[in-house]
Amino acid sequence: MNLSFAITSLEQGLAFGVMALGVFISFRILDFADLSVDGTLPLGAAVSARLLTAGINPFYSLIAALLAGGIAGAITGFLNTKLKIAPLLAGILTMTSLYSINLRIMGRPNIPLIGKSTIFSLIEKLGLPYPWNHLILLILIIIIVKFLLDAFLNTQIGFALRATGDNPQMIRSMGISTNSMKMLGLILSNALVALSGAMVAQYQGFSDVNMGVGTIVAGLASVIIGEVIIGKSSIMIATIGVVVGSILYRFSISIALNLGLAASDLKLLTALLVIIFLSTPRIKKALR
Amino acid sequence: MLKLKDLEKIFYKNTPNENIALNKVNLNVKKGDFITIVGSNGAGKSTLLNSIAGVFPVESGTIILDKEDITGKSEYRCAQKIGRVFQNPLAGTSPEMTIEENLSLAISKSNNLSLKWGLSKHKRKVMKKHLAKIDLGLEERLTTKVKLLSGGQRQALTLLMATVANPRLLLLDEHTAALDPATAIKIKNLTAELVNENNITTLMITHNMEDAIKMGNRLIMMDAGQIIYDIKAEEKENLSIEKLLKMFEIKHGGKFNNDRMLLSV
Repeated sequence: MNLSFAITSLEQGLAFGVMALGVFISFRILDFADLSVDGTLPLGAAVSARLLTAGINPFYSLIAALLAGGIAGAITGFLNTKLKIAPLLAGILTMTSLYSINLRIMGRPNIPLIGKSTIFSLIEKLGLPYPWNHLILLILIIIIVKFLLDAFLNTQIGFALRATGDNPQMIRSMGISTNSMKMLGLILSNALVALSGAMVAQYQGFSDVNMGVGTIVAGLASVIIGEVIIGKSSIMIATIGVVVGSILYRFSISIALNLGLAASDLKLLTALLVIIFLSTPRIKKALR
Repeated sequence: MLKLKDLEKIFYKNTPNENIALNKVNLNVKKGDFITIVGSNGAGKSTLLNSIAGVFPVESGTIILDKEDITGKSEYRCAQKIGRVFQNPLAGTSPEMTIEENLSLAISKSNNLSLKWGLSKHKRKVMKKHLAKIDLGLEERLTTKVKLLSGGQRQALTLLMATVANPRLLLLDEHTAALDPATAIKIKNLTAELVNENNITTLMITHNMEDAIKMGNRLIMMDAGQIIYDIKAEEKENLSIEKLLKMFEIKHGGKFNNDRMLLSV
């Protein structure tokens, strides 16, 4: 693998790392397998791309993506907590609806962002050489997101959120509504995923309505790789693990491509990767 | 403190499996009462506690807690004034969180949740003081994840969490039944200690007749969804297991049928 491959993997790992942190909230903290992320990643990209073509400041477009993702998460939350639709189905329904909504937002299936002002083109103006400028920007964003998330999960509300996924009966006994907590978790999770979608679109130079396919699996892969390699003894450690997991995941994809695997085989590879990592603890136990 | 009026709960209503779990139950609990509840299987003991805790809506009747009508309120709303400990020692704590994080939720129960830090120096100090009371050395293990504790330790912690915010009412549903005998005795002593210290109004279901007679100041016996005896003060002090069983047979017209209860007599 040459250097440019490594840099690309690192950049992708960081940009998608925000998405992995979102999946970490729903999947690990809330214990809610939320498939809406396959729709909220392109939602963030769509919102951001549409605003960029209208000449809006790219950083504002990130905030708009964040908000849009939060609304999508609230819809999944509403379907699950108020209409009592099962988590998987609630996520699928939101994801499916978002496909149409994303097309509406973009007006067409693909918006190229070449020549548009993006967060990357702005940072390039500061005069730092590539790839440092891109890397510094991405690292800065993910550090801010990670530390805000760590801090939030150590507040009183954060404790309640964590306990909701761990033992809902206990949290009800503590006088806290599990429904509100689920809602909050899903809003946060999908907001981060959409933010990531906006970052990815600006990074790759286009937004595509199909770019969300397999997001949940990639997110799970990152979360699980992180847990296996870094651990999950505390929230601080676990979120580092998620980001490292995301980077390692993109590296393994690059390696697979370098070894001559067709790009169309990547989804299969990802699924296999997740299966292997998920089953490792059991296989280890069986071998003992 | 707690007033139940004509409380009625029917499971599987209008089906062949219809089961009247609570049949017009009336109960008047005074502040500071510690009531033990006994009864055969299916008498409605747990249904009574679950109804008060808002786990499910009742068919009719009213539940007044501390002058507030809580009938039909959802479980988490009722829980803001009620502490609960379940039979399952794993039910009352969050296993992946640490002892201090669990306790923190219990301590801030009386206030609204906010974005303040969940832990603070002051909070830790308060926690240590509380944990020292249960005498299991947990005050030295604040950052231990709760899943690493034994069932007895977890139940002790749950009991502390249920009482630390001074609830108006404490509901205990056979909370020592799943523990080994030595641990069960410890938890019972701790229960008496915590309840007396804060003068908490308490309803405790037990299958152990001896405990039912020894603990608390009032004993209620339930059968077929009704309270058949309500034994107070002096009368309770002169009670014996034999007397209690005989009283049951008179009303029920048959032997007491609670496997676990017979074993523990």
